[in-house]
Amino acid sequence: MTTDHHGRLPRAFTTPGSSSFVDFVAGYAPDLLPGRRAVGGSDASAAAPHATTIVALSFDGGVVMAGDRRATAGPMIASRRIEKVFAADEFSAVGIAGAAGLAVEMVRLFQLELEHYEKIEGTLLSLDGKANRLAMMIRGNLPLAMQGLAVVPLFAGYDLDRGAGRIFSFDVTGGRYEEHEYHSVGSGSVFARGSLKKLWQPALDAEAAVRVAVESLVDAADDDSATGGPDMVRRIWPVVATVTAAGYLRVPEESLGDVVESVADRRRREHERAAPAERAEQAEGDRQGGADR
Amino acid sequence: MSMPFYVSPEQLMKDRADYARKGIARGRSVVVLGYDDGIAFATENPSRSLHKISEIYDRIAFAAVGKYNEFENLRVAGVRYADLRGYSYDRADVNARGLANAYAQTLGTVFTTESKPLEVELVVAEVGADESGDQVYRLSYDGSVADEHGFVVMGGQAEHLGTKLADEWRPGMSLPQVLGLAVRTLGAQAEGEPRAIPAGQLEVAVLDRTRPRRAFRRLTGALLEDLLGGTAT
Repeated sequence: MTTDHHGRLPRAFTTPGSSSFVDFVAGYAPDLLPGRRAVGGSDASAAAPHATTIVALSFDGGVVMAGDRRATAGPMIASRRIEKVFAADEFSAVGIAGAAGLAVEMVRLFQLELEHYEKIEGTLLSLDGKANRLAMMIRGNLPLAMQGLAVVPLFAGYDLDRGAGRIFSFDVTGGRYEEHEYHSVGSGSVFARGSLKKLWQPALDAEAAVRVAVESLVDAADDDSATGGPDMVRRIWPVVATVTAAGYLRVPEESLGDVVESVADRRRREHERAAPAERAEQAEGDRQGGADR
Repeated sequence: MSMPFYVSPEQLMKDRADYARKGIARGRSVVVLGYDDGIAFATENPSRSLHKISEIYDRIAFAAVGKYNEFENLRVAGVRYADLRGYSYDRADVNARGLANAYAQTLGTVFTTESKPLEVELVVAEVGADESGDQVYRLSYDGSVADEHGFVVMGGQAEHLGTKLADEWRPGMSLPQVLGLAVRTLGAQAEGEPRAIPAGQLEVAVLDRTRPRRAFRRLTGALLEDLLGGTAT
Protein backbone atom coordinates (compact mmCIF):
# COMPACT_ATOMS: atom_id res chain seq x y z
CA MET A 1 0.00 0.00 0.00
CA THR A 2 2.79 2.42 0.83
CA THR A 3 5.23 1.35 -1.86
CA ASP A 4 4.78 0.60 -5.55
CA HIS A 5 5.62 -2.71 -7.26
CA HIS A 6 9.34 -1.90 -7.41
CA GLY A 7 9.35 -1.23 -3.68
CA ARG A 8 10.33 2.38 -4.21
CA LEU A 9 8.33 5.21 -2.73
CA PRO A 10 5.51 6.10 -5.14
CA ARG A 11 5.60 9.30 -7.16
CA ALA A 12 3.01 10.94 -4.91
CA PHE A 13 5.43 10.81 -1.98
CA THR A 14 8.19 12.68 -3.75
CA THR A 15 5.95 15.24 -5.45
CA PRO A 16 6.91 18.61 -4.00
CA GLY A 17 4.40 21.28 -3.09
CA SER A 18 1.95 20.35 -0.40
CA SER A 19 2.66 20.56 3.32
CA SER A 20 -0.78 19.21 4.15
CA PHE A 21 -1.25 15.60 5.17
CA VAL A 22 -4.96 15.74 4.35
CA ASP A 23 -4.27 16.97 0.81
CA PHE A 24 -1.64 14.28 0.36
CA VAL A 25 -3.95 11.48 1.55
CA ALA A 26 -6.86 12.87 -0.49
CA GLY A 27 -4.72 12.44 -3.59
CA TYR A 28 -3.00 9.19 -2.72
CA ALA A 29 -5.40 7.13 -0.59
CA PRO A 30 -8.71 9.02 -0.37
CA ASP A 31 -10.52 6.06 1.21
CA LEU A 32 -8.54 6.60 4.41
CA LEU A 33 -10.11 9.99 5.00
CA PRO A 34 -13.24 10.29 7.13
CA GLY A 35 -16.28 11.81 5.46
CA ARG A 36 -15.44 10.25 2.08
CA ARG A 37 -17.26 7.04 2.85
CA ALA A 38 -20.80 6.63 1.55
CA VAL A 39 -23.26 5.60 4.21
CA GLY A 40 -26.60 4.00 3.39
CA GLY A 41 -29.82 4.96 5.13
CA SER A 42 -31.08 8.36 6.05
CA ASP A 43 -30.58 8.99 9.75
CA ALA A 44 -27.75 7.20 11.52
CA SER A 45 -27.63 9.46 14.55
CA ALA A 46 -29.41 7.07 16.95
CA ALA A 47 -26.92 4.28 16.29
CA ALA A 48 -23.72 6.15 17.09
CA PRO A 49 -22.60 7.35 20.51
CA HIS A 50 -22.74 11.12 20.96
CA ALA A 51 -20.59 13.31 23.11
CA THR A 52 -21.68 16.57 24.71
CA THR A 53 -20.66 19.71 26.63
CA ILE A 54 -17.37 21.49 25.94
CA VAL A 55 -16.57 24.93 27.35
CA ALA A 56 -13.68 27.28 26.68
CA LEU A 57 -12.89 30.62 28.24
CA SER A 58 -10.05 33.05 28.01
CA PHE A 59 -8.06 34.30 30.95
CA ASP A 60 -5.10 36.57 31.46
CA GLY A 61 -2.35 34.82 29.48
CA GLY A 62 -4.22 31.99 27.82
CA VAL A 63 -7.35 29.87 27.51
CA VAL A 64 -8.97 27.07 29.46
CA MET A 65 -10.88 24.26 27.77
CA ALA A 66 -12.94 21.68 29.62
CA GLY A 67 -15.22 18.83 28.67
CA ASP A 68 -17.37 16.36 30.56
CA ARG A 69 -16.79 12.61 30.37
CA ARG A 70 -20.14 11.23 29.20
CA ALA A 71 -21.03 9.73 25.81
CA THR A 72 -24.61 8.74 25.12
CA ALA A 73 -26.28 6.46 22.58
CA GLY A 74 -29.93 7.49 22.61
CA PRO A 75 -31.12 7.32 26.22
CA MET A 76 -28.24 5.05 27.26
CA ILE A 77 -24.89 6.12 28.64
CA ALA A 78 -22.35 4.68 26.21
CA SER A 79 -19.29 5.73 28.20
CA ARG A 80 -18.61 7.57 31.43
CA ARG A 81 -14.88 7.88 30.83
CA ILE A 82 -14.65 9.24 27.28
CA GLU A 83 -12.23 12.15 26.84
CA LYS A 84 -13.32 14.97 24.56
CA VAL A 85 -10.62 17.57 25.05
CA PHE A 86 -7.32 16.98 23.27
CA ALA A 87 -4.08 18.80 22.62
CA ALA A 88 -4.18 19.65 18.92
CA ASP A 89 -0.52 20.58 19.12
CA GLU A 90 1.74 22.28 21.63
CA PHE A 91 -0.19 25.56 21.60
CA SER A 92 -3.78 24.62 20.95
CA ALA A 93 -6.59 22.43 22.21
CA VAL A 94 -9.61 20.97 20.49
CA GLY A 95 -12.80 19.77 22.15
CA ILE A 96 -15.42 17.69 20.39
CA ALA A 97 -19.21 17.49 20.42
CA GLY A 98 -21.30 15.34 18.12
CA ALA A 99 -20.89 11.81 16.81
CA ALA A 100 -18.06 10.47 18.97
CA GLY A 101 -16.48 8.03 16.54
CA LEU A 102 -16.19 10.55 13.71
CA ALA A 103 -15.12 13.30 16.08
CA VAL A 104 -12.28 11.29 17.60
CA GLU A 105 -11.10 10.34 14.12
CA MET A 106 -11.26 13.97 13.04
CA VAL A 107 -9.16 15.01 16.03
CA ARG A 108 -6.58 12.35 15.23
CA LEU A 109 -6.37 13.59 11.66
CA PHE A 110 -6.23 17.22 12.78
CA GLN A 111 -3.40 16.53 15.23
CA LEU A 112 -1.53 14.73 12.47
CA GLU A 113 -2.20 17.56 10.00
CA LEU A 114 -0.62 20.11 12.36
CA GLU A 115 2.35 17.90 13.19
CA HIS A 116 2.87 17.06 9.51
CA TYR A 117 2.96 20.74 8.58
CA GLU A 118 5.35 21.46 11.43
CA LYS A 119 7.74 18.71 10.35
CA ILE A 120 7.73 19.60 6.68
CA GLU A 121 7.85 23.37 7.02
CA GLY A 122 9.96 23.52 10.15
CA THR A 123 7.61 26.11 11.70
CA LEU A 124 4.24 26.08 13.44
CA LEU A 125 1.09 26.98 11.55
CA SER A 126 -0.46 30.27 12.69
CA LEU A 127 -3.48 29.94 15.00
CA ASP A 128 -5.80 31.22 12.25
CA GLY A 129 -4.24 28.73 9.87
CA LYS A 130 -4.95 25.89 12.28
CA ALA A 131 -8.57 27.02 12.71
CA ASN A 132 -9.00 27.18 8.91
CA ARG A 133 -7.63 23.67 8.46
CA LEU A 134 -10.10 22.39 11.04
CA ALA A 135 -12.96 24.25 9.31
CA MET A 136 -12.01 22.58 6.05
CA MET A 137 -12.10 19.15 7.68
CA ILE A 138 -15.55 19.82 9.16
CA ARG A 139 -16.77 20.88 5.71
CA GLY A 140 -15.57 17.51 4.39
CA ASN A 141 -17.86 15.83 6.91
CA LEU A 142 -20.97 17.66 5.66
CA PRO A 143 -22.52 14.65 3.86
CA LEU A 144 -22.40 12.66 7.09
CA ALA A 145 -23.66 15.64 9.08
CA MET A 146 -26.73 15.63 6.83
CA GLN A 147 -27.39 12.08 8.01
CA GLY A 148 -27.30 13.14 11.63
CA LEU A 149 -23.62 12.40 12.26
CA ALA A 150 -22.48 15.96 12.78
CA VAL A 151 -19.17 16.84 14.41
CA VAL A 152 -18.91 20.30 15.94
CA PRO A 153 -15.59 20.97 17.59
CA LEU A 154 -14.48 23.90 19.68
CA PHE A 155 -10.95 25.10 19.05
CA ALA A 156 -8.86 27.26 21.36
CA GLY A 157 -5.22 28.14 21.45
CA TYR A 158 -2.53 30.54 22.41
CA ASP A 159 -1.70 32.95 19.59
CA LEU A 160 2.09 33.33 19.76
CA ASP A 161 2.02 36.45 17.55
CA ARG A 162 -0.60 38.30 19.59
CA GLY A 163 0.41 36.86 22.96
CA ALA A 164 -3.17 36.00 23.92
CA GLY A 165 -5.58 33.09 24.06
CA ARG A 166 -8.24 32.86 21.31
CA ILE A 167 -11.34 30.71 20.86
CA PHE A 168 -12.93 29.52 17.59
CA SER A 169 -16.31 27.85 17.11
CA PHE A 170 -17.59 26.11 13.98
CA ASP A 171 -20.84 25.06 12.39
CA VAL A 172 -21.48 21.84 10.44
CA THR A 173 -20.93 23.57 7.11
CA GLY A 174 -17.39 24.51 8.09
CA GLY A 175 -18.16 28.08 9.05
CA ARG A 176 -15.49 29.43 11.37
CA TYR A 177 -16.32 32.07 13.97
CA GLU A 178 -13.99 33.66 16.44
CA GLU A 179 -15.50 33.86 19.93
CA HIS A 180 -14.54 36.34 22.58
CA GLU A 181 -14.31 35.78 26.31
CA TYR A 182 -16.00 32.35 26.44
CA HIS A 183 -17.97 29.82 24.44
CA SER A 184 -19.56 26.40 24.79
CA VAL A 185 -20.74 23.69 22.40
CA GLY A 186 -22.78 20.52 22.73
CA SER A 187 -26.17 19.59 24.11
CA GLY A 188 -25.50 21.16 27.51
CA SER A 189 -23.99 24.31 26.04
CA VAL A 190 -27.02 26.51 26.73
CA PHE A 191 -26.80 25.89 30.46
CA ALA A 192 -23.01 26.12 30.48
CA ARG A 193 -23.15 29.43 28.63
CA GLY A 194 -25.57 30.88 31.16
CA SER A 195 -23.21 29.89 33.90
CA LEU A 196 -20.17 31.30 32.07
CA LYS A 197 -21.99 34.56 31.46
CA LYS A 198 -22.34 35.10 35.21
CA LEU A 199 -18.99 33.75 36.33
CA TRP A 200 -16.57 34.94 33.66
CA GLN A 201 -14.74 38.17 34.43
CA PRO A 202 -11.97 39.98 32.61
CA ALA A 203 -8.43 39.26 33.82
CA LEU A 204 -9.15 35.98 35.57
CA ASP A 205 -6.03 34.03 36.52
CA ALA A 206 -5.53 30.43 35.42
CA GLU A 207 -6.69 28.93 38.71
CA ALA A 208 -9.90 30.97 38.80
CA ALA A 209 -10.56 30.19 35.13
CA VAL A 210 -10.28 26.44 35.80
CA ARG A 211 -12.81 26.84 38.59
CA VAL A 212 -15.22 28.75 36.32
CA ALA A 213 -14.91 26.00 33.70
CA VAL A 214 -15.72 23.30 36.26
CA GLU A 215 -18.67 25.32 37.64
CA SER A 216 -20.15 25.72 34.17
CA LEU A 217 -19.83 21.99 33.46
CA VAL A 218 -21.51 21.17 36.76
CA ASP A 219 -24.37 23.53 35.81
CA ALA A 220 -24.65 21.89 32.38
CA ALA A 221 -24.72 18.41 33.92
CA ASP A 222 -27.40 19.59 36.33
CA ASP A 223 -29.88 20.28 33.55
CA ASP A 224 -28.73 18.23 30.56
CA SER A 225 -29.09 14.46 30.68
CA ALA A 226 -26.40 13.91 28.05
CA THR A 227 -23.73 15.74 30.05
CA GLY A 228 -22.04 13.93 32.90
CA GLY A 229 -21.20 15.74 36.13
CA PRO A 230 -18.10 14.99 38.19
CA ASP A 231 -18.41 11.37 39.39
CA MET A 232 -17.70 11.51 43.13
CA VAL A 233 -17.99 7.73 43.57
CA ARG A 234 -15.56 6.68 40.85
CA ARG A 235 -13.58 9.91 41.08
CA ILE A 236 -13.92 10.68 37.37
CA TRP A 237 -13.38 14.39 36.81
CA PRO A 238 -13.90 16.45 33.66
CA VAL A 239 -10.89 16.90 31.38
CA VAL A 240 -9.61 20.44 31.92
CA ALA A 241 -6.60 21.88 30.12
CA THR A 242 -4.93 25.28 29.95
CA VAL A 243 -3.08 26.63 26.92
CA THR A 244 -0.62 29.42 27.64
CA ALA A 245 2.72 30.67 26.35
CA ALA A 246 4.18 27.61 28.11
CA GLY A 247 2.03 25.32 25.96
CA TYR A 248 -0.82 22.85 26.48
CA LEU A 249 -1.10 21.62 30.03
CA ARG A 250 -3.74 19.24 31.33
CA VAL A 251 -4.81 20.13 34.86
CA PRO A 252 -3.68 17.18 37.03
CA GLU A 253 -6.31 14.89 38.59
CA GLU A 254 -5.41 15.78 42.19
CA SER A 255 -5.80 19.54 41.86
CA LEU A 256 -8.93 19.05 39.76
CA GLY A 257 -10.29 16.81 42.53
CA ASP A 258 -9.82 19.68 44.99
CA VAL A 259 -11.64 22.12 42.69
CA VAL A 260 -14.53 19.71 42.16
CA GLU A 261 -14.82 19.02 45.90
CA SER A 262 -14.82 22.71 46.77
CA VAL A 263 -17.46 23.50 44.10
CA ALA A 264 -19.65 20.66 45.40
CA ASP A 265 -19.02 21.71 48.97
CA ARG A 266 -20.09 25.30 48.42
CA ARG A 267 -23.21 24.21 46.56
CA ARG A 268 -24.10 21.79 49.35
CA ARG A 269 -23.73 24.53 51.96
CA GLU A 270 -25.83 26.96 49.93
CA HIS A 271 -28.48 24.31 49.49
CA GLU A 272 -28.54 23.61 53.23
CA ARG A 273 -28.80 27.30 54.04
CA ALA A 274 -31.82 27.50 51.75
CA ALA A 275 -33.24 24.25 53.06
CA PRO A 276 -34.93 25.35 56.36
CA ALA A 277 -37.06 27.89 54.50
CA GLU A 278 -37.85 25.31 51.85
CA ARG A 279 -38.86 22.74 54.46
CA ALA A 280 -41.15 25.25 56.16
CA GLU A 281 -42.81 26.05 52.80
CA GLN A 282 -43.20 22.39 52.11
CA ALA A 283 -44.76 21.76 55.51
CA GLU A 284 -47.15 24.68 54.91
CA GLY A 285 -48.06 23.27 51.52
CA ASP A 286 -48.69 19.84 53.03
CA ARG A 287 -51.01 21.31 55.66
CA GLN A 288 -53.03 23.26 53.11
CA GLY A 289 -53.07 20.34 50.70
CA GLY A 290 -54.29 18.09 53.51
CA ALA A 291 -57.07 20.55 54.33
CA ASP A 292 -58.15 20.74 50.66
CA ARG A 293 -58.26 17.00 50.47
CA MET B 1 22.05 9.42 -37.17
CA SER B 2 25.05 8.66 -35.01
CA MET B 3 25.65 5.18 -33.66
CA PRO B 4 25.65 4.98 -29.87
CA PHE B 5 28.93 3.71 -28.45
CA TYR B 6 28.87 0.48 -26.52
CA VAL B 7 29.47 1.03 -22.81
CA SER B 8 29.88 -2.03 -20.58
CA PRO B 9 27.51 -2.25 -17.62
CA GLU B 10 30.49 -2.26 -15.23
CA GLN B 11 31.76 0.98 -16.71
CA LEU B 12 28.27 2.53 -16.66
CA MET B 13 27.75 1.75 -12.98
CA LYS B 14 31.24 2.83 -12.09
CA ASP B 15 30.77 6.16 -13.83
CA ARG B 16 27.50 6.75 -12.05
CA ALA B 17 28.99 5.80 -8.69
CA ASP B 18 31.96 8.09 -9.23
CA TYR B 19 29.64 10.91 -10.21
CA ALA B 20 27.52 10.45 -7.08
CA ARG B 21 30.51 10.03 -4.79
CA LYS B 22 32.10 13.21 -6.08
CA GLY B 23 28.94 15.19 -5.46
CA ILE B 24 28.59 13.84 -1.93
CA ALA B 25 32.22 14.47 -0.97
CA ARG B 26 31.90 18.12 -2.02
CA GLY B 27 29.68 19.07 0.93
CA ARG B 28 30.37 19.31 4.64
CA SER B 29 30.27 16.23 6.86
CA VAL B 30 27.44 15.15 9.14
CA VAL B 31 28.28 13.12 12.24
CA VAL B 32 25.80 10.91 14.09
CA LEU B 33 26.83 9.71 17.54
CA GLY B 34 25.10 7.56 20.13
CA TYR B 35 25.21 8.75 23.74
CA ASP B 36 23.74 7.46 27.00
CA ASP B 37 20.33 9.18 26.64
CA GLY B 38 19.91 9.06 22.87
CA ILE B 39 21.46 9.85 19.51
CA ALA B 40 23.11 13.16 18.62
CA PHE B 41 23.45 14.68 15.13
CA ALA B 42 25.80 17.52 14.23
CA THR B 43 27.00 19.30 11.13
CA GLU B 44 28.52 22.59 10.15
CA ASN B 45 25.68 24.54 8.58
CA PRO B 46 25.47 28.32 8.66
CA SER B 47 21.82 28.31 7.47
CA ARG B 48 19.09 28.51 10.10
CA SER B 49 16.36 27.25 7.83
CA LEU B 50 17.84 24.86 5.26
CA HIS B 51 18.31 21.87 7.50
CA LYS B 52 20.34 18.73 6.94
CA ILE B 53 18.97 17.12 10.08
CA SER B 54 15.27 16.77 10.76
CA GLU B 55 12.47 14.95 12.47
CA ILE B 56 10.62 12.17 10.67
CA TYR B 57 8.45 10.70 13.42
CA ASP B 58 8.17 10.35 17.19
CA ARG B 59 11.40 8.39 17.65
CA ILE B 60 12.91 8.69 14.16
CA ALA B 61 15.20 11.32 12.69
CA PHE B 62 16.86 11.88 9.35
CA ALA B 63 20.25 13.32 8.43
CA ALA B 64 21.62 13.81 4.95
CA VAL B 65 24.54 15.08 2.92
CA GLY B 66 24.75 15.86 -0.76
CA LYS B 67 22.43 17.85 -2.98
CA TYR B 68 19.86 19.78 -0.97
CA ASN B 69 16.95 19.51 -3.42
CA GLU B 70 17.38 15.76 -3.69
CA PHE B 71 17.57 14.91 -0.01
CA GLU B 72 14.86 17.44 0.87
CA ASN B 73 12.59 15.57 -1.52
CA LEU B 74 13.43 12.28 0.18
CA ARG B 75 12.90 13.82 3.61
CA VAL B 76 9.40 15.02 2.72
CA ALA B 77 8.64 11.58 1.26
CA GLY B 78 9.82 10.02 4.53
CA VAL B 79 7.57 12.26 6.63
CA ARG B 80 4.62 11.38 4.38
CA TYR B 81 5.48 7.67 4.54
CA ALA B 82 5.74 7.70 8.34
CA ASP B 83 2.62 9.82 8.93
CA LEU B 84 0.52 7.75 6.53
CA ARG B 85 1.68 4.52 8.13
CA GLY B 86 1.05 5.84 11.63
CA TYR B 87 -2.39 7.07 10.61
CA SER B 88 -3.52 3.85 8.93
CA TYR B 89 -2.05 1.54 11.63
CA ASP B 90 -0.79 3.04 14.87
CA ARG B 91 1.98 5.37 15.95
CA ALA B 92 3.84 2.41 17.48
CA ASP B 93 3.94 0.65 14.10
CA VAL B 94 6.20 3.19 12.44
CA ASN B 95 9.82 2.09 12.58
CA ALA B 96 13.14 3.10 11.08
CA ARG B 97 13.68 -0.26 9.39
CA GLY B 98 10.61 0.11 7.17
CA LEU B 99 11.57 3.64 6.23
CA ALA B 100 15.19 2.66 5.55
CA ASN B 101 13.94 -0.08 3.23
CA ALA B 102 11.67 2.31 1.34
CA TYR B 103 14.57 4.75 0.94
CA ALA B 104 16.93 1.98 -0.13
CA GLN B 105 14.52 0.81 -2.83
CA THR B 106 14.04 4.37 -4.03
CA LEU B 107 17.76 5.13 -4.17
CA GLY B 108 18.49 1.77 -5.81
CA THR B 109 15.82 2.19 -8.48
CA VAL B 110 16.98 5.69 -9.34
CA PHE B 111 20.61 4.54 -9.46
CA THR B 112 19.95 1.77 -11.99
CA THR B 113 17.08 3.14 -14.06
CA GLU B 114 17.40 6.89 -14.27
CA SER B 115 19.97 8.88 -16.14
CA LYS B 116 21.50 10.42 -13.05
CA PRO B 117 21.92 8.85 -9.58
CA LEU B 118 20.83 10.80 -6.52
CA GLU B 119 23.85 12.55 -5.05
CA VAL B 120 22.88 11.93 -1.45
CA GLU B 121 23.83 9.84 1.51
CA LEU B 122 21.35 9.43 4.35
CA VAL B 123 21.12 8.29 7.92
CA VAL B 124 17.80 7.11 9.33
CA ALA B 125 18.03 6.71 13.10
CA GLU B 126 15.54 5.50 15.66
CA VAL B 127 16.06 5.87 19.37
CA GLY B 128 15.08 2.88 21.52
CA ALA B 129 14.28 2.39 25.19
CA ASP B 130 17.99 1.97 25.93
CA GLU B 131 21.28 2.11 24.02
CA SER B 132 20.98 -1.47 22.79
CA GLY B 133 17.61 -0.59 21.22
CA ASP B 134 18.97 2.27 19.10
CA GLN B 135 18.97 1.70 15.35
CA VAL B 136 21.09 3.65 12.90
CA TYR B 137 20.86 2.91 9.17
CA ARG B 138 23.19 4.46 6.66
CA LEU B 139 21.98 4.58 3.07
CA SER B 140 24.20 5.22 0.07
CA TYR B 141 23.42 6.72 -3.33
CA ASP B 142 23.14 3.22 -4.87
CA GLY B 143 20.59 1.96 -2.36
CA SER B 144 22.96 -0.07 -0.21
CA VAL B 145 22.05 -0.11 3.48
CA ALA B 146 24.36 -0.51 6.43
CA ASP B 147 23.19 -1.10 9.98
CA GLU B 148 25.61 1.01 11.98
CA HIS B 149 26.44 0.89 15.66
CA GLY B 150 27.61 3.80 17.75
CA PHE B 151 28.59 6.44 15.22
CA VAL B 152 28.43 7.41 11.54
CA VAL B 153 30.20 10.07 9.49
CA MET B 154 28.92 11.01 6.03
CA GLY B 155 30.05 13.45 3.40
CA GLY B 156 33.21 15.53 3.10
CA GLN B 157 36.26 13.76 4.48
CA ALA B 158 34.09 10.93 5.80
CA GLU B 159 36.78 8.25 5.88
CA HIS B 160 39.37 10.38 7.61
CA LEU B 161 36.88 11.60 10.22
CA GLY B 162 35.53 8.08 10.69
CA THR B 163 38.89 6.70 11.80
CA LYS B 164 39.29 9.64 14.16
CA LEU B 165 35.87 8.96 15.72
CA ALA B 166 36.57 5.24 16.01
CA ASP B 167 39.51 6.07 18.29
CA GLU B 168 37.64 8.45 20.54
CA TRP B 169 34.01 7.32 20.68
CA ARG B 170 32.94 4.79 23.30
CA PRO B 171 29.51 3.64 24.49
CA GLY B 172 27.82 5.46 27.36
CA MET B 173 29.28 8.94 26.77
CA SER B 174 27.22 11.90 28.02
CA LEU B 175 25.64 14.50 25.71
CA PRO B 176 28.24 17.25 26.37
CA GLN B 177 31.00 14.68 25.77
CA VAL B 178 29.65 13.51 22.40
CA LEU B 179 28.93 17.09 21.28
CA GLY B 180 32.49 18.07 22.17
CA LEU B 181 33.74 15.08 20.20
CA ALA B 182 31.44 15.92 17.29
CA VAL B 183 32.68 19.51 17.05
CA ARG B 184 36.34 18.43 17.32
CA THR B 185 35.73 15.89 14.58
CA LEU B 186 33.93 18.30 12.26
CA GLY B 187 36.71 20.84 12.72
CA ALA B 188 39.49 18.33 12.07
CA GLN B 189 41.78 19.16 9.16
CA ALA B 190 44.07 16.92 7.16
CA GLU B 191 47.02 18.54 8.84
CA GLY B 192 47.49 20.98 11.69
CA GLU B 193 45.24 21.97 14.57
CA PRO B 194 41.46 21.46 14.28
CA ARG B 195 39.43 24.56 13.44
CA ALA B 196 37.22 25.91 16.19
CA ILE B 197 33.62 26.04 14.88
CA PRO B 198 31.44 28.60 16.68
CA ALA B 199 28.06 27.41 17.99
CA GLY B 200 26.29 29.73 15.52
CA GLN B 201 27.73 27.79 12.58
CA LEU B 202 26.53 24.43 13.86
CA GLU B 203 23.31 22.55 13.27
CA VAL B 204 22.85 20.20 16.19
CA ALA B 205 19.87 18.02 17.13
CA VAL B 206 19.23 15.03 19.33
CA LEU B 207 16.81 12.15 19.61
CA ASP B 208 16.39 12.18 23.36
CA ARG B 209 15.00 8.88 24.69
CA THR B 210 13.90 10.53 27.95
CA ARG B 211 11.36 12.78 26.18
CA PRO B 212 7.80 11.45 26.29
CA ARG B 213 6.54 11.26 22.69
CA ARG B 214 8.45 13.28 20.13
CA ALA B 215 12.07 12.56 20.96
CA PHE B 216 13.53 14.97 18.38
CA ARG B 217 14.85 18.28 19.61
CA ARG B 218 17.07 20.91 18.02
CA LEU B 219 19.81 22.37 20.19
CA THR B 220 20.46 26.02 19.41
CA GLY B 221 21.56 29.29 20.95
CA ALA B 222 22.47 29.51 24.62
CA LEU B 223 21.60 25.88 25.33
CA LEU B 224 24.05 24.65 22.70
CA GLU B 225 26.77 27.02 23.89
CA ASP B 226 26.32 25.74 27.45
CA LEU B 227 26.58 22.14 26.32
CA LEU B 228 29.69 22.86 24.25
CA GLY B 229 31.26 25.08 26.89
CA GLY B 230 31.22 22.24 29.40
CA THR B 231 33.64 20.19 27.33
CA ALA B 232 36.06 22.87 26.24
CA THR B 233 38.70 21.37 28.49
